[in-house]
Amino acid sequence: MSQPTEKPSNGNPPAKWEPRIVAFFCNWCTYTAADLAGVSRMKHAANVRIIRVMCSGRVDPQFVLEAFAKGADGVLIGGCHFGDCHYVEGNYKAARRIRMLRRVLAEMGIEADRFRLEWISASEGEKVKLVVNDMAEKVKALGPLGLPGRFTEFDREMEHLEAEAGVKEVAHAG
Amino acid sequence: MHDATPTNGTPRIGFYVCHCGTNIAGIVDVKALAEYVATLNGVVVSREYKYMCSDPGQELIQQDIREQNLNRVVVASCSPLLHEHTFRHATEKAGLNPFFFQMVNIRENVAWVHEDKVAATQKAKDLARAAIRRVFFHKALEPKKVPINPAVLVVGGGIAGIHAALTLANAGKHVYLVEREPTIGGHMAMFDKTFPTLDCAACILTPKMSAVKSHPNITLWTYSEVANVDGYVGSYKIKVKRKPRYIKEDLCVGCMECVTACIYKDARFPDEFNVGLSKRKPVYIPFPQATPQVVLFDPETCLQLKKGKCTQTCIEACDRKCIDFTQTEEFKEIEVGTIILATGFKPFDPAKTPYYGYGTYPNVYTALEVERLVNASGPTGGEVVLRDGSHPKAVGIVHCVGSRDEKTNRWCSRVCCMYSLKLAHLVKEHTGAEVYNFYIDMRTPGKSYEEFYDKLLKEGVHFIRGRVAEVTDWAMTPQEEGKLIVRVEDTLIGSVRRVPLDMVILAQGLEPRSDAQEVRRLFNISCATEGFFLERHPKLAPVNTFTDGVFIAGACQGPRDIPDTVAQAGAAAAEALALIDAGHMELEPNTAFIREEDCSGCKSCVPLCPYKAISFLEDKKKAWINEALCKGCGTCVAACPSGSIVQNLFEDEQIFNEIDGLLSELAQV
Amino acid sequence: MPDKPKVAFYWCASCGGCEESVVDLAEGILGVVDAVDIVFWPVAMDFKRHDVEAMADGSILVSLINGAVRSTEQEEMVRMLRRKSQLVIAYGACAQLGGIPGLANQFDREQILKFVYEESPSTQNAEKTYPTLKFQENGRTATLPEMHRLVRTLDQVIPVDYYLPGCPPTPKLLQQALTALLSGAAPPKGAVLAPDIALCEECPRKDTKPADLSFTAFKRPHTSELDPEKCLLTQGFLCMGPATRGGCEALCVQGNMPCSGCFGPTSRVKDQGAKFFSSICSNVVATDEKEIDATLATIPDPVGTFYRYGLAASLLRARMGRQAEA
Repeated sequence: MSQPTEKPSNGNPPAKWEPRIVAFFCNWCTYTAADLAGVSRMKHAANVRIIRVMCSGRVDPQFVLEAFAKGADGVLIGGCHFGDCHYVEGNYKAARRIRMLRRVLAEMGIEADRFRLEWISASEGEKVKLVVNDMAEKVKALGPLGLPGRFTEFDREMEHLEAEAGVKEVAHAG
Repeated sequence: MHDATPTNGTPRIGFYVCHCGTNIAGIVDVKALAEYVATLNGVVVSREYKYMCSDPGQELIQQDIREQNLNRVVVASCSPLLHEHTFRHATEKAGLNPFFFQMVNIRENVAWVHEDKVAATQKAKDLARAAIRRVFFHKALEPKKVPINPAVLVVGGGIAGIHAALTLANAGKHVYLVEREPTIGGHMAMFDKTFPTLDCAACILTPKMSAVKSHPNITLWTYSEVANVDGYVGSYKIKVKRKPRYIKEDLCVGCMECVTACIYKDARFPDEFNVGLSKRKPVYIPFPQATPQVVLFDPETCLQLKKGKCTQTCIEACDRKCIDFTQTEEFKEIEVGTIILATGFKPFDPAKTPYYGYGTYPNVYTALEVERLVNASGPTGGEVVLRDGSHPKAVGIVHCVGSRDEKTNRWCSRVCCMYSLKLAHLVKEHTGAEVYNFYIDMRTPGKSYEEFYDKLLKEGVHFIRGRVAEVTDWAMTPQEEGKLIVRVEDTLIGSVRRVPLDMVILAQGLEPRSDAQEVRRLFNISCATEGFFLERHPKLAPVNTFTDGVFIAGACQGPRDIPDTVAQAGAAAAEALALIDAGHMELEPNTAFIREEDCSGCKSCVPLCPYKAISFLEDKKKAWINEALCKGCGTCVAACPSGSIVQNLFEDEQIFNEIDGLLSELAQV
Repeated sequence: MPDKPKVAFYWCASCGGCEESVVDLAEGILGVVDAVDIVFWPVAMDFKRHDVEAMADGSILVSLINGAVRSTEQEEMVRMLRRKSQLVIAYGACAQLGGIPGLANQFDREQILKFVYEESPSTQNAEKTYPTLKFQENGRTATLPEMHRLVRTLDQVIPVDYYLPGCPPTPKLLQQALTALLSGAAPPKGAVLAPDIALCEECPRKDTKPADLSFTAFKRPHTSELDPEKCLLTQGFLCMGPATRGGCEALCVQGNMPCSGCFGPTSRVKDQGAKFFSSICSNVVATDEKEIDATLATIPDPVGTFYRYGLAASLLRARMGRQAEA
């Protein structure tokens, strides 16, 4: 093999590494519950960054894939319990899509614990805390997913040709 | 409004971090955050200030919009659920379209829930960066204006519903008051005297009930329920189910000849109004002052209705020919602009605390049963008697049954201390018995409440501070034979006592009604953890819900006494009036639309909308969204397989950029 | 007389169908041959690599490159053609999206080699002979190009000016593209040279699709009969028409087979597979997890179905858990 041996991108993360989890919370239930957790000062892990959408039905599987592709270590989706959706059935559609998305993620080698769907109602501030803490712990145990880094690693197999191409260009200019 | 579209696509973003006193600044390094954001692409101004939502804070933004020619504004402060409209309004006043504003929640979602300052600041930076990236893709939008139908639906005819209905009717608005029971009055009609003034509940309530009946602006439908709710604020279409009384309501004058003439010579069936303490016939009126003053037939017990064979002496006795056994349930459709829910509470069922002996020992009563006993028009004519008819010599009142209790309900039901004092007073007055109140704390916060307690202290009522462990009839001494023994730790003297009594009254707490979940789904609002309806904000918006146009009042929102209930009912009426008088409401412009040139007519979206906002246009062979019906959930947007549906305020491009912004810098915590 | 514009064709990890589609221009090809000077076309003409190397940079007007990039040789050639050409067109689904070769991104290079040289049912290789990159004998060295660890779309290797979608692109589309380019009326750079609207728009079975379609199960073409008149998705087959760019005149559907998505997504979609399953799952009837899973179990291979052509171009691109190093 002509490639130099490379360090694995997810083997030994820096000791203080914290997972970054992107969350999509629906406005009426889960986002309100997260606010309630705030109002009640329920301390929890700082790993989750919330993106607010009006309904879990707005969550396009592309968002989840984009989040992973851009470097998220975990993705969390929060919606209303069945029967409680502010828009009647958006959460059912979300659930159906997510069952398939789970299968696709599994086939693509992304561990199940990195992707989570939770039904959290507006009054369940405590559940937000529990879910965030639990997910942070589980994802931390899995280590960084680091997709952007992995693709950079993969692209190194093209680097030497790219460099050679530059050399040839110079050679040819003559 | 100056043209807010950036001329060459260059964003000029103003970023503002709020300290919120020390709420945010105590955990998030706001200075570092502002400095960091100043380095981001497109950010022209980056400031931090103590209270952004205050006038000077808003003025900061407005000044920058004018002087720095900002075309985007991002504020990192509290939850958008609280102040998004504040900052949007400030933005608008400075001449920039308010939807070029994005909010970052670094208080509820960061400062209030994290202790690690470094991690919190990093998170705030990530969130701010995401918002900066997102806001660039915002577009100028106009809020949807919807007209408000001035008619109002009030659900629930207790004191809350009655007061709200009268207030609105007096303001000249038409009110539909729908009550499930055959009469309005609710729980208050069952009380004898009300604390702290000890005025007679019926005396203060019945004039209001009567006013409701006779008010030209109120359509009173009792024995009715809301079956379906369609539409949205300003134009709700309601379907009301009117249950059959088997009486022509407008003919009956409440003479009750039919009741006297009923084939059942004696009353035999449990009387609901007297909580089962007395009996009624299949045809009955709930109580003498019932409004409307109309009898009804109980289809479960009336022979004619149940079995089809009766001599129908009632029909003979009615000279106005009111009785009609062919009546069926009727559906009425009405249109209203706003809805007030005043559906009340359910008294705690002490079967859930069997150690207090309700149902086991005949002389353990609930507070509501005793309300009926002390009532002069109750089952015993006002006599407080035991089941065998004798008068008790010693009565105990157990506080906090189903309240402040990890085993049943954790909350304090707020009214029980006061009504227990009231019952103590009334029982003592009626019977001269020794009265014992077993309490944990005495909660008497209202106006004249503490004075009422003081009065009771002087009346010789015994107060024992301790949570009752059990009520038993197991006697340990001859004096205890035939008595009910209350076992309680008297915490003030530090020992366990056994108090022998003839009668035990359980001060049952207040709970949400058993069908609270179905009701709230019907009206598309939420319930809080305990099951009471959820208010928009516990301090600043106690009668609003998260659903525009639906308000809540009274005990359905949480346990409360009559003064607070009436106050809330007035507040809810005022909120409804505010909408009605404004004539219209502005809705968030987060609806979806289909780009016609992109739509392939695949029809995948059409069945997705629960509001039927999406239809297929046969002539164009494309799908189309009716903006008036769209509520902005975005489900169709996520489903469209060719990406041809766009949701304003939540466009794919905006969200993708938000995601990318969150992750674009590797956080090394 | 001015020189005829120079055109080159090249194939990377490809099946040869794209080359045939050029030939499928039939008489039209004469017009092409007349109008241009084909300077490189390994499948049909005898030019060699050194001929291309000898050309000046930018001297080729347009190179139409098909096939995904999977080996060092392909990478080297496309880089060279990029230098030598003014315009590069990613020709066909493999160049645009990775194509069916892209599905190899679900596996390690090692897994693939093992399957091919040892495990496949038809392999007879008791000695477990594997190809090596370098072989020396009698003082002579022979080398093989190396297989990349990842299958890539053309634009993941070199900048691409236009895309001609399809597996293969239809002769009509090719004709339109060449005409536009040669006449100087070139579309904006980066464009996909096909309508930016999903296939349903031009599908002859469009009117048979109801507006309230929902699913309790899905069918597969080899186990169920296909009604030649009705919309295939309505029949329960996974027709990717709604998520696939049109322009092919629904040839597969006209051949009574469901669209498998070879034209890729519209410009508004980042991940075709995700959008398609988002759509059909939204219309699944079941409301509880078990029932939903049972319905979706009738799709046994989601990646192979939804990402048949587009895995290399999708957001995740490849199966993780594969090590970055050898």
